[in-house]
Amino acid sequence: MEPIRIAARLQEKFPDSILGIIEHRGQVTTSVARTLIVEMIQFLKTEHQMNHLNCLCGVDNLHRTAHFVERFEVIYQLYSMENRTLLRLKAPVPETDPAIDSICGLWTGANWLERETYDLFGIVFNNHPNLKRILTPDDWQGHPLRKDYALKGDQEWSGFEQLKEKAAQLKQFEF
Amino acid sequence: MTKTTTLDVQVADGADDKYRLKMGPQHPATHGVLRVDLELDGETIDKCDPQVGYLHRGFEKLAEHRTYAQNIVLTDRLDYIAAMANNVGYCVAVEKLLAIDVPPRAQFIRVMVCEMARISSHLLWLATHALDIGAMTVFLYCFREREVLLELFAELCGSRLTNTYTRLGGVRQDVTHSIMLKLQRFVDEFPDHIAEYETLIDTNRIWLKRTIGIGPISADKAVDLCLTGPSLRGSGVDYDIRQHVPYAAYDQMDFEVPVGETGDTYARYRCRMEEFRQSNNILRQCIERMPPGPILGKDAPDLIMPAKPGRKIEFDAVAGNALIKLIDNRDLYMEGDVYVATEVPKGELGFYFISDGMGRPYRMHIRSPSFLHIGALATIGQGVMIADLIAIIGTLDVVLGECDR
Repeated sequence: MEPIRIAARLQEKFPDSILGIIEHRGQVTTSVARTLIVEMIQFLKTEHQMNHLNCLCGVDNLHRTAHFVERFEVIYQLYSMENRTLLRLKAPVPETDPAIDSICGLWTGANWLERETYDLFGIVFNNHPNLKRILTPDDWQGHPLRKDYALKGDQEWSGFEQLKEKAAQLKQFEF
Repeated sequence: MTKTTTLDVQVADGADDKYRLKMGPQHPATHGVLRVDLELDGETIDKCDPQVGYLHRGFEKLAEHRTYAQNIVLTDRLDYIAAMANNVGYCVAVEKLLAIDVPPRAQFIRVMVCEMARISSHLLWLATHALDIGAMTVFLYCFREREVLLELFAELCGSRLTNTYTRLGGVRQDVTHSIMLKLQRFVDEFPDHIAEYETLIDTNRIWLKRTIGIGPISADKAVDLCLTGPSLRGSGVDYDIRQHVPYAAYDQMDFEVPVGETGDTYARYRCRMEEFRQSNNILRQCIERMPPGPILGKDAPDLIMPAKPGRKIEFDAVAGNALIKLIDNRDLYMEGDVYVATEVPKGELGFYFISDGMGRPYRMHIRSPSFLHIGALATIGQGVMIADLIAIIGTLDVVLGECDR
């Protein structure tokens, strides 16, 4: 089935949750409300054999020149290995309450992708089994992929200061 | 309940008698800076918690501040063992985003370098995987052949590892007759070398005992863990992007996708060994059918400064430099987003781009196979012995440069 028809089916099933369907360069993007995201992906996975989660990532729309709904978006790329169709879901997430339900129950592999999105964007995934930072250290300040994250800071990461102290202590030994 | 010694090894008190071991980040068998926090019951792993991020260089953030052409160098540093495949993956994605055409000769050259990268990556995988398990000789044999390919890369683009060979709309330099002759010799000799590796390994009782039945992943589980590449196909799932969504000239190539059955370490090893043969076949087809013609599209935004007749160079105030400006005033900096995946040696490397018309990616997300494979380690590694974990890390074929980005 064509991705655009799958999107239409999704709209039939969840009429209130679909915000828009766009086709660009042959790829279909469906904007959906975040409330029923797990049910929608579950529907696509079981009814339309979208069994492969290509990728899951966040977007910060702060500096976007085009029109956007909310500051953040979570993007899901779903692929059906049997039907060879790709469908993209886009769920806007507001800045005031950056949270969305986790899809770890549908794919175990989503665990790390969601942790990465949390780490770099600060988007919270409800019901996630282990929502911790992953690429940056646990005591890191801020979320680096947000557009308002300062590219240069005036202080070092606390762990680096500790490391320098340790290195200074080691200087008393002659290796 | 625990007291810590100076070595940072936590020693348990009382009821909690689990032994906690931090394997890595300098452990030779973790293939880079991967740390695996283990909770052990004797020698069996109760809980396996991989820790990544030691090599995080912020490529996705960096990419937002550079033009599309400038970002090609970043992709070399993802999977540094098969940089060519990353270059191609990135350029295929950007070309789809900006609607740039690639001439047929460049498409064939891309397939050629991709398969060379696949063979050299799998050779390094076989070498280190065998070394981890205790088969020292294979290591030396594999590096002998890998050297030939790296020398060919050097002749092709001047660099052995960080190639930056592709350009948006084509490739940088044409293949010479000398390269084709050397590659032809390699392609003729390589099947004998594969047989040589197999005699060294497939009759080795230690190898068989340490791989057969170790770390089995069922087909459903592999899809659930988002595994891709040979790690997925070893479990019997036929998913190869070269056939599902052909890019470059793969739709004109005749090749099979080897699929395993059992999903254990041995099945994944067999898959990659068969991929050697298939890649070799593809290389042979490339040499035989390489079409003549230009290697760079007419409307390609060029990274190299001027010098093409009829190409007008204007200063682009928005993009901020004259290095990337398009010839025929066609507005390629359009808005939109695409997700394009390519089959790199490790699995599915996907690029998700959002363009807002500024000449730079507004957002670039890299879906790297190694990141998900290491994430899957927590599930696969549960309940196995420490020694088997080494075999499993080896067989998933992870590269930390790609994982941490």
